[in-house]
Amino acid sequence: MSGNPLLGALDAQTLVDAVGLGAVYALMAVGIGLVFGVLRLVNFAYGQLIMAGAYTLAFTSQAGWPTWAGIAMCFVVVIVLSGVMDRLVFRPLRTQSPAVMLVTTFAIAFLLQSVALLVDVRDDTIGEPAASVASLNQAITVWGLEVRKVTIVAVVVAAVALSLLALLLTRTRIGLQMRAAATDFATARLLGVRANTVIATAVLLSAVIAAAVSVLLTVQNPLVAPDFALKETIIVLVGVVVGGIDRLWTATLGGFAIGFATGVINGALPTDKTVFLPSVVFALVILVLLIRPSGLFARGGTSLVERV
Amino acid sequence: MPVPDASSDQGRWPGESLRATAVSRSYEGVQALREVTVEVHRHEVVGLIGPNGAGKSTLVNLMSGFDRPTSGAIELDGHDVTRWPAHRRGRKGLARTFQHSRSFRGLSVRENVEVAAIGVGARPRDARRRATELLELLGLAARADAPAASLPHGDERRLGVARALATEPHYVLMDEPAAGLPEAEVPDFAAVVRAVRDDHEAGVLLIDHNMALIMDVCDRIQVLDQGRMLAAGTPAEIRDNLDVAAAYLGESAVEEETEA
Repeated sequence: MSGNPLLGALDAQTLVDAVGLGAVYALMAVGIGLVFGVLRLVNFAYGQLIMAGAYTLAFTSQAGWPTWAGIAMCFVVVIVLSGVMDRLVFRPLRTQSPAVMLVTTFAIAFLLQSVALLVDVRDDTIGEPAASVASLNQAITVWGLEVRKVTIVAVVVAAVALSLLALLLTRTRIGLQMRAAATDFATARLLGVRANTVIATAVLLSAVIAAAVSVLLTVQNPLVAPDFALKETIIVLVGVVVGGIDRLWTATLGGFAIGFATGVINGALPTDKTVFLPSVVFALVILVLLIRPSGLFARGGTSLVERV
Repeated sequence: MPVPDASSDQGRWPGESLRATAVSRSYEGVQALREVTVEVHRHEVVGLIGPNGAGKSTLVNLMSGFDRPTSGAIELDGHDVTRWPAHRRGRKGLARTFQHSRSFRGLSVRENVEVAAIGVGARPRDARRRATELLELLGLAARADAPAASLPHGDERRLGVARALATEPHYVLMDEPAAGLPEAEVPDFAAVVRAVRDDHEAGVLLIDHNMALIMDVCDRIQVLDQGRMLAAGTPAEIRDNLDVAAAYLGESAVEEETEA
């Protein structure tokens, strides 16, 4: 087409990969946004939940479990760990300031990472392969494009999960209560909405999504290490803020956007320049926040101010 | 059958009332309330009037659990609830509305009411029916599917009333619910307050600046001024009390009253 490397790289292949990445990041953004909605808590330890799920896949794979059993165990571990986090940490700290809660989730993140390291280095190497799910990483050819199966799975899982979530939030008792609590927790409680039920539901949904993301990320990156999903979590948190953390859908859109942008920029950068990927992404983020401080997709930009 | 006198109702709900006893509240040395006592029984409307800054909203905050008194006690049906958080009082049958509407802005008008019904355990279908009835009662039926954020302020306050009533409360604290209401619609709102008393058999503490509404619907009225209880009595007694009129309506109004 042309000699321009930027345009030349923006082919359909790159776009397909970028959409796949965007789908995974959108799922993570929903998981983080759900808990933020009811707790006003940015859970920095979300990546470590995904990491725990990934280790579960690796260890069950090494123990010779069938793939489905490993994936089922991954969901169990992530959900239980998430529930423990809620009971032991989030619930007692619920009335604390957002800063206290954020710092606490940092502490949990590093604690879980250290535990993972202790478990991982028992065989004197860091990193555990998860072979059982790796077959999903094979590519199939669709209309002349190399599409990895996991990309299709990621897009389908994201579409299904987001649709189910939308139905739950708009059509069910608990969904209605979650939306009310996310708007004004104190008033919702005054009107009889049970805080613990709403929070537990948000944490559970968030954990189910984290487990799904564990599987998707492990397929793409089958060597599981203690910093698994750490980089992705940071990028998604940035995407969530850029999209507008105040509302679930803008946060999700922000997650997708930063995943898609990362995919496109990754494809556009020459291979020897991909180390600059985070720099380019974060430069874009700074630019967006300078222009739209309340979020890329925020309406009018007053909602955060009103809350204060 | 209408019950003219609140005290005669006490046989039906023995020991049941919402009561603030000698409550005081000071903020950084400023005394917002001094030893104020007010009691609301089931099936009566108590008006609370007074100039801006008299401490009316402070009293509502103390009674609903959004604030704690510096001294004094709040009792709900005989339980000392002074230290209870607002949501726990809510479960015991206490509801309130807010001056600065706190509607769930992302939800539709109907959903705002439904979620309150669901909060007290209604099945989705019952919650929907209750929401439809209450929106009808408060004249909001036409806006039921609009986002709550799109309502004008007057409508939003009535949405707050509908939402409070959806919890089927025994006591409702209404903080200036008729502000922003066109004068022509005040009689309709008075009918709503009466319906809350007579059909829902709830006790209402009504704060409002609209004297026509207050005089029309209240069984008893208490007057607050500068944090003190200035007077208490029936609407007729309060109307005759010129000291109150001076504090509340200003000098010119008092002269008009005297001349009339």
